Amino acid sequence: MEKRKENEIKNIYQQMVQKKVPQSSLIKDAIFAFVVGGLICDVGQFFMNLFLSFGISKDDVGYYVATVMVFLGAFLTGLGVYDNIGKYAGAGSIVPITGFANSIVSPAMEYKREGYIFGVGSKMFVIAGPILVYGISSSIIVGIIYYLVKVLAR
Amino acid sequence: MAEKKMGLHTIKLKNPPSILSTATIVGPKEGEGPLKDYFDIVLEDDLFGEKSWEKAESKMLREAVRLAMNKINLSPDQVDYFFAGDLLNQIISSSFAARELGIPFFGLYGACSTLTEAMSLAAMMVDGGFADITIAATSSHFSSAERQFRFPLEHGNQRPPTSQWTVTGAGAVVLGREGKGPYVTYITTGRVVDFGIKDANNMGAAMAPAAADTILRHLKDTGFTAADYDLIMTGDLAKIGREIAADIIKQNGYDITTKFTDAGIEIFDLTTQDVHSGGSGCGCSASVFGGYIYKQLINGNLNRIMIISTGALLSPTSTQQGESIPGIAHAITIERSLEK
Repeated sequence: MEKRKENEIKNIYQQMVQKKVPQSSLIKDAIFAFVVGGLICDVGQFFMNLFLSFGISKDDVGYYVATVMVFLGAFLTGLGVYDNIGKYAGAGSIVPITGFANSIVSPAMEYKREGYIFGVGSKMFVIAGPILVYGISSSIIVGIIYYLVKVLAR
Repeated sequence: MAEKKMGLHTIKLKNPPSILSTATIVGPKEGEGPLKDYFDIVLEDDLFGEKSWEKAESKMLREAVRLAMNKINLSPDQVDYFFAGDLLNQIISSSFAARELGIPFFGLYGACSTLTEAMSLAAMMVDGGFADITIAATSSHFSSAERQFRFPLEHGNQRPPTSQWTVTGAGAVVLGREGKGPYVTYITTGRVVDFGIKDANNMGAAMAPAAADTILRHLKDTGFTAADYDLIMTGDLAKIGREIAADIIKQNGYDITTKFTDAGIEIFDLTTQDVHSGGSGCGCSASVFGGYIYKQLINGNLNRIMIISTGALLSPTSTQQGESIPGIAHAITIERSLEK
């Protein structure tokens, strides 16, 4: 009985809070994310065209572009610019590979003061770690499914 | 009933200790805010010449205490007890400052409520006849709090509009048995209140019920109303939390809205300084009280005020384990003079 009344009060309160809380402006945020995310992709496309014009094969050009984009993300993080882009762009600058670089370089910079082993070494993947774990795990699962489908379809 | 107890959870100090001096040190961002002229030291560099944010925060706390002592030519030997706390794990800013100061030390953790927690205990210690002079001090640092509670500084993420900005600041308050005021006269100690808010980016809402609970108990215990106060300041519910707390108090039959402000709203310009709902952190109420409010009491613009520092008692671990955020708020009444 006590517990039920307590939960009731909590529910009423949470509804009251919901009414007070200003919501993030979804449309504005989405436009920013779209424009900035799109611009990052344009930069990637620019480098892709550049490398293709150098005569690098279509199969390999992805590696070159990824390397350049990771470098750019890391570089802008080091300059202290990337977090300011992220403040406005949100997912627009987190999702591209530059955001991945940011998520590794920023903790590496932050935790340098705890030393190279327990600071940089162990904290470097504090944000990117889950992405790597589940990214790699799901690619393995997808790979196995792909393999089975191929075997069965034969 | 105990001689100094009043009502449920309030005490009336029989020998009200006087605030002898205060000192505040804040970071560059706070130094651009509306209260910039009231702080003793505004740092140009938020590392304060140190190698890490944690070391800088501890130095801010230590130097604030030293400055508060220097203002009235006090040596550490003359101080009986030092009450301090901060937001970092194992309150290292405070204990490392105490290591240098050499004053008998009580380390406290009340999250952002630590200022009034420390002042409550420091005042009781003097009132009870256990000490002649005590110091209460707290600190917080945006960068040390970010790395402990959120993300690395350079990580590009977005903050929701309910989030608060941890103040880089430290404040120290010296209390003494004899002095010309202002005096600490009433203390209402907070209960831990939890209405089930789980969003660590909405701490104002998590703490508002605790603040309202303490303010209501204080008013009921003492028989005061909003009219008895020139100012009621919470620290730091910020904009959203303040509105919610004012609503709860109103629903319970007291209207304090016109006297009610919040340190997290006062310290920053919410429209231009990109702090979303407002400031937070132990250093927020410490620097706003020690800098701005104390000077208003001294020059007579304020006569009787209530300060309610509010704390969100969460840790990154409790949030990850799905716990809701308990809040706490401690109230103290400060009066410019005792004849009233």
